[in-house]
Amino acid sequence: MRLNVVDTDRCVGCQICMFACSRLHGRPGLGANRIAVRSAGGMERGFVAVVCRACADPPCAAVCPNDALKLREGGGVILEPEKCTGCGHCRDACPMGAVFWDEEAQKPMICVHCGYCAKHCPHEVLSMEGD
Amino acid sequence: MLPQDTLANVLYVDLSKRKHWVERREDLFEKYLGGAGAAVRLLEENCPKDSDPLSPENPIILATGPLAGLFPLASKTVAMFKSPHTGNLGESHAGGRSSVALRMAGYGALVILGGNDRPGYLAVHGDKVHFRDARALWGMGSSFTTGRVIRENEPGPGLRSIMRIGRAGEKLISYAAVTTESYRHFGRLGLGAVFGAKRLKAVVVSGQRGLPVADLKEYRALYEGIHKAAVESPAMKKYHDLGTPENVRPLNKLKGLPVRNLAAASDQRAEDISGERMAEGYLGRRLACTHCPVGCIHIAALREPYEREAFFYKTSMISYDYEPTYSMGAMLGVFDPAGLLKLLDAVEKVGLDSMSAGVVLAWATEAFGKKMISENETLGVKLSWGDVASYGQAIGHIVSRSNEFYTLLGRGVVAASEKYGGKEFALAFGGNEMPGYHTGPGAHLGYLFGARHSHLDNAGYSADQKNLGKEPVPPEKLASSLVAEEEWRQVLSSLVLCFFSRGLYPAETVSSALKCCGFELGADQLKSLGRGILRDKYAFKIREGFDPKIDSLPERIFQTPAPGGVIDRRYFAAAAAAYRRELGLAP
Repeated sequence: MRLNVVDTDRCVGCQICMFACSRLHGRPGLGANRIAVRSAGGMERGFVAVVCRACADPPCAAVCPNDALKLREGGGVILEPEKCTGCGHCRDACPMGAVFWDEEAQKPMICVHCGYCAKHCPHEVLSMEGD
Repeated sequence: MLPQDTLANVLYVDLSKRKHWVERREDLFEKYLGGAGAAVRLLEENCPKDSDPLSPENPIILATGPLAGLFPLASKTVAMFKSPHTGNLGESHAGGRSSVALRMAGYGALVILGGNDRPGYLAVHGDKVHFRDARALWGMGSSFTTGRVIRENEPGPGLRSIMRIGRAGEKLISYAAVTTESYRHFGRLGLGAVFGAKRLKAVVVSGQRGLPVADLKEYRALYEGIHKAAVESPAMKKYHDLGTPENVRPLNKLKGLPVRNLAAASDQRAEDISGERMAEGYLGRRLACTHCPVGCIHIAALREPYEREAFFYKTSMISYDYEPTYSMGAMLGVFDPAGLLKLLDAVEKVGLDSMSAGVVLAWATEAFGKKMISENETLGVKLSWGDVASYGQAIGHIVSRSNEFYTLLGRGVVAASEKYGGKEFALAFGGNEMPGYHTGPGAHLGYLFGARHSHLDNAGYSADQKNLGKEPVPPEKLASSLVAEEEWRQVLSSLVLCFFSRGLYPAETVSSALKCCGFELGADQLKSLGRGILRDKYAFKIREGFDPKIDSLPERIFQTPAPGGVIDRRYFAAAAAAYRRELGLAP
């Protein structure tokens, strides 16, 4: 299963997905969100959702010097934090900007495709797909 | 409150000295929660008695609350200042990203003191505070452009609020607004002019952080319940589908929609600017404030051809709500939806409070029709009901202060009618132009006494509608029910909850939500807190000369029948006297 952005034209910019993600990861507010919603150049132009695409051949994993990003079944990566040195190459390698950064731990925060954000999206912008 | 919560941090910025500092104010937030409760104390502390609202002495307070960033619909920022429009308490609420941004930046409130010696804007990114140059932005024709330039120059997309003024604020029009996120407003009572007097073009706030909660498991469980209730509630659906303009059709049917300066309270053509028709013909996008599943903000797409060249079109995205539809539409006899949208776009670009602007133009149209003013005053503009082009010109003249007449229009209907007459149809209460509900005595009592001059100050408009067709409620009972509701709304606005969510947050739910933030307050304690905050507001108002008089009311409200018939003056006087007693004001 992977998280899919179905239709950003339905997005009202409420950012409830961001709060859901952060809450799930134990840091209520916006302390640990792995999804971001911002305007597409002013609210008049609508929104974009920035989230991991679950690449089959992920550039973030390819640049990790310590093999801290393990390929995930169904696409994307899983972080093995004990191997991570916080170099930030993965963040720079993701063209989507979907590798978020934990300023406290100095480590990446990566979507685990659990679907908790999609479950809370009030307007069906996000969904889970695949088996 | 929880000891590690940044809510108690108050950021003070002194523009004159270019200094900023943080004070830990647990005393304030522990006792008053935040929002309106904390802001009125901060105003009282920082605003000297009898100070000139347009002098550097007048502070700007922006406050958020404990639930912001943690619970849905806690999305409002409460602004407090001394109003240049009324000379008394200025209170205005706005949503957008403002409240969550302030909380995420690590503050419960921002206090802006002093003034810039040249145009500047303030950028607060977490613990970094920057005094930016805004000379190049001063005088800019459209607030959309100002937003774009600041957006491109500042960090924090998605996590920031850009609260800015347009030319109306710069020119000190006493009902200039502050706009945030293109379409949300600190609309009423002239915060924009206070910004302008400080030569403060904008305030940008951004931040990102986790917030402490007392018990993560309990917090998550409570959140799920509120979220579910929010997305499933019929009230929420109503505001998501049609937005606040949903109210146009029922109010018009009820004969409670002020039309043509309240010469009437309904008009067949109002159907053309109803929420239903606007959605069919123009709705282009819906938006939400941060952390709100509803998305009541409705944006119309208006496609217009260029007159002089074929196949050139522009499409403008224009926000429409109930109140601007009343003030720039029904009040001006503008029932052409495209015309209404053009006027809304015009006031949006210059940053005027659309409500006051509409009522001012309505007064001017009636005065012009009655030959109390002539084209000498209007500079050749022939004001007449429904004439969109003339209203567009008049808005330009008001903002440019083109002559004495327009300068007075820029100070509101009271100032204009003192000079030119027509006080009996100058629809203002305590110096501020009326909201869009002529539903009966309850609504007008609310305008006379309420702190924000909003129909949402108390439940007047709603009480009127509930009482329709029934035995009249004794005036004392009407007053006491309105005061009780106004007290409770102080709790909601101290928690910065949107009033549309009041059904989702009964006292027990508020108690549970506050428990997650480390506050132990039962329903009774909350109610007594609301009572206290309301008294604090009136203490400030009385200090600044608040003394609402029935004689000051425009005769028109007692002439045009409301849904329950013509409002009885004696009944109204008795209810007003009771309201005074409830608030402890001298008779």
